[in-house]
Amino acid sequence: MALTTETALLVQPAATPSAAERRARSEQSDAGRNGGRRIGSHVFLVILVIYFITPLWWLLVAATKDNSGLFTGTGGSLWFDDNFAFFDNVAGLFERQGGIYWRWLGNSFLYAFAGGLGATVLSVMAGYGFAKFRFRGRNAFFSVLLGSVMVPVTALVIPTFMLLSQAGLINTIWAVILPSLLSPFGVYLMRIYTQDSVPDEMLDAARVDGAGELRIFFQVALPLLKPALVTVLLLSVVGTWNNFFLPLAVLSDPQLLPVTVGLNGWTALSNAGAGGEQVWNLITTGAFVSIIPLVLSFLFLQRYWQGGLSLGSVK
Amino acid sequence: MSSDTLHAATPGIRRRSAMSGGSRIDRKRQRWGWFFVAPFALIFIGFLIVPLVYAFWMSLQTSTLATGTQFTWFANYVKAFTDPIFLEGLGRVAAFAFIMIPIQMLVALAAALVLDTLTSWLSKFSRLMIFVPYAIPVVIGALMWGFLYSPRFGPATDIFGLFGLAAPDFLAQSAIFGSLINIVTWQWSGYYMIIIYSALRGVDPSIYEAARIDGANGWQTATRIKVPMISSSMVMVLIFALIGTLQFFTEPQVLRSVAQGAIPVSYTPNMYAYTLAFSYSQFNYASAIAFSLGIIVFIGSYIFLFFTRKQSGLK
Repeated sequence: MALTTETALLVQPAATPSAAERRARSEQSDAGRNGGRRIGSHVFLVILVIYFITPLWWLLVAATKDNSGLFTGTGGSLWFDDNFAFFDNVAGLFERQGGIYWRWLGNSFLYAFAGGLGATVLSVMAGYGFAKFRFRGRNAFFSVLLGSVMVPVTALVIPTFMLLSQAGLINTIWAVILPSLLSPFGVYLMRIYTQDSVPDEMLDAARVDGAGELRIFFQVALPLLKPALVTVLLLSVVGTWNNFFLPLAVLSDPQLLPVTVGLNGWTALSNAGAGGEQVWNLITTGAFVSIIPLVLSFLFLQRYWQGGLSLGSVK
Repeated sequence: MSSDTLHAATPGIRRRSAMSGGSRIDRKRQRWGWFFVAPFALIFIGFLIVPLVYAFWMSLQTSTLATGTQFTWFANYVKAFTDPIFLEGLGRVAAFAFIMIPIQMLVALAAALVLDTLTSWLSKFSRLMIFVPYAIPVVIGALMWGFLYSPRFGPATDIFGLFGLAAPDFLAQSAIFGSLINIVTWQWSGYYMIIIYSALRGVDPSIYEAARIDGANGWQTATRIKVPMISSSMVMVLIFALIGTLQFFTEPQVLRSVAQGAIPVSYTPNMYAYTLAFSYSQFNYASAIAFSLGIIVFIGSYIFLFFTRKQSGLK
């Protein structure tokens, strides 16, 4: 990430070695020492990894089983069944209720990206506005915003539901997307980051050169803000993707549900014991398929989120 | 590692307290400030301020079939705070907060401290694997654990059978509290671990060298230097966990259908408000419950921030 390096250069004299360089050096001198402690630490890590990974391993295995395999599999619940039914299960997902599962998955993507992208655009603009312009009401507004970070989102679901229903928006995609655009924490992060990484002198120089405010925002500020932007995008996409209470309350049309609410519905029906509704194999396969995109993107975008997630906490 | 570069940069960054050095505030710049903030302000007002005001307004009214809608002032709040079901739910989330948050933070802190001292491939791999549950939607996580706990699907019978023991029923009324704690710990510890770990990477290692010269061992370095150095990110994690725990909804709601009868519809205040609103159409009383919960979370986290403002760096 060339951008982070640039930011680092802006805030630190280039001559002093960065904490990372010093850390690398001190780690080299560490090597070979503390051998015993390392074994202990690694054992501890292996135990943690087993704990965190077992449910996912179970899900992977369960997605390859049919209904009877789930109950009385030949290899137990943590190993594959003799009968490999993964592709049958996926086919089952296409058949059940006219392939509504794929519709749900598509809805989840739509909500997460529309909500997440929108929230990011609003947060970047607002954070930049708060950080780089003085305007009347700025401090008052920002104090209210800071306080609102602590308002629990779920407390807003019921009044939002009632307002949306008065506006005739219940059971539309807007009932999920519009409330997801709200991200006070994103604005807070963007403001702090903008203050630190976009020097006023740079903006003033651009103004002297005759650039308009919009052009300055897009061509001078935005490139510097990329690391924080990725973080806010990630947090808001994951937030919307994860949201359960809001769609549960504002959507009842099965065609509009996100995959989380849909699968939860299948589970509730299967648990209720209705004979024709026992679709355990489809639930496990559906859950497995639905987590693949996010897990993969987290693994591949590692270098982007790892730095970003702590933006708010390191000051 | 690029994330290291970013974190190396962060300690050097200091918030600039003044705005663009003394330049005069003209009307045009004021307008641009509002231009950048306005889109967010609209969403903020529409989906936070208005719903909050509306919920408060609704909560002051009572509507019955016989008398219609009447303005009853704080009657709903008196009812809420003398309602044993609501108080029981509040007590339950308080109990969750007292037990669950320390467990999550201990797991996250221990993992982060161990990862910070290691640079092997195993530690990199572990870091990813411990974090992966964060990429799983809460609903899917709860569904998976529901299956794992289930005596019909889960591995518990096999695992306990190896030792000749009978598996406990994780979904029984007596065990459900612990089972829920386990789900939340599994889901969120990795996220908190990354925040703490990133903060640790930002600490200048020459401090550790100085400590080593003074004769501090690894444990002393960890508890007396590392932990105090990253206290601001610990406070951040605690606030996230506190807000999340007090609005506990998704996990118990999902597990409810699996654990037949062990989780009542009023298990947490949020579930109670949801049931009142969407099963009994008592929107006024539900608003009062949601608003009370919101106020409690807000005041709770505000007081907490006030007492830890030195550590958190928030002003």
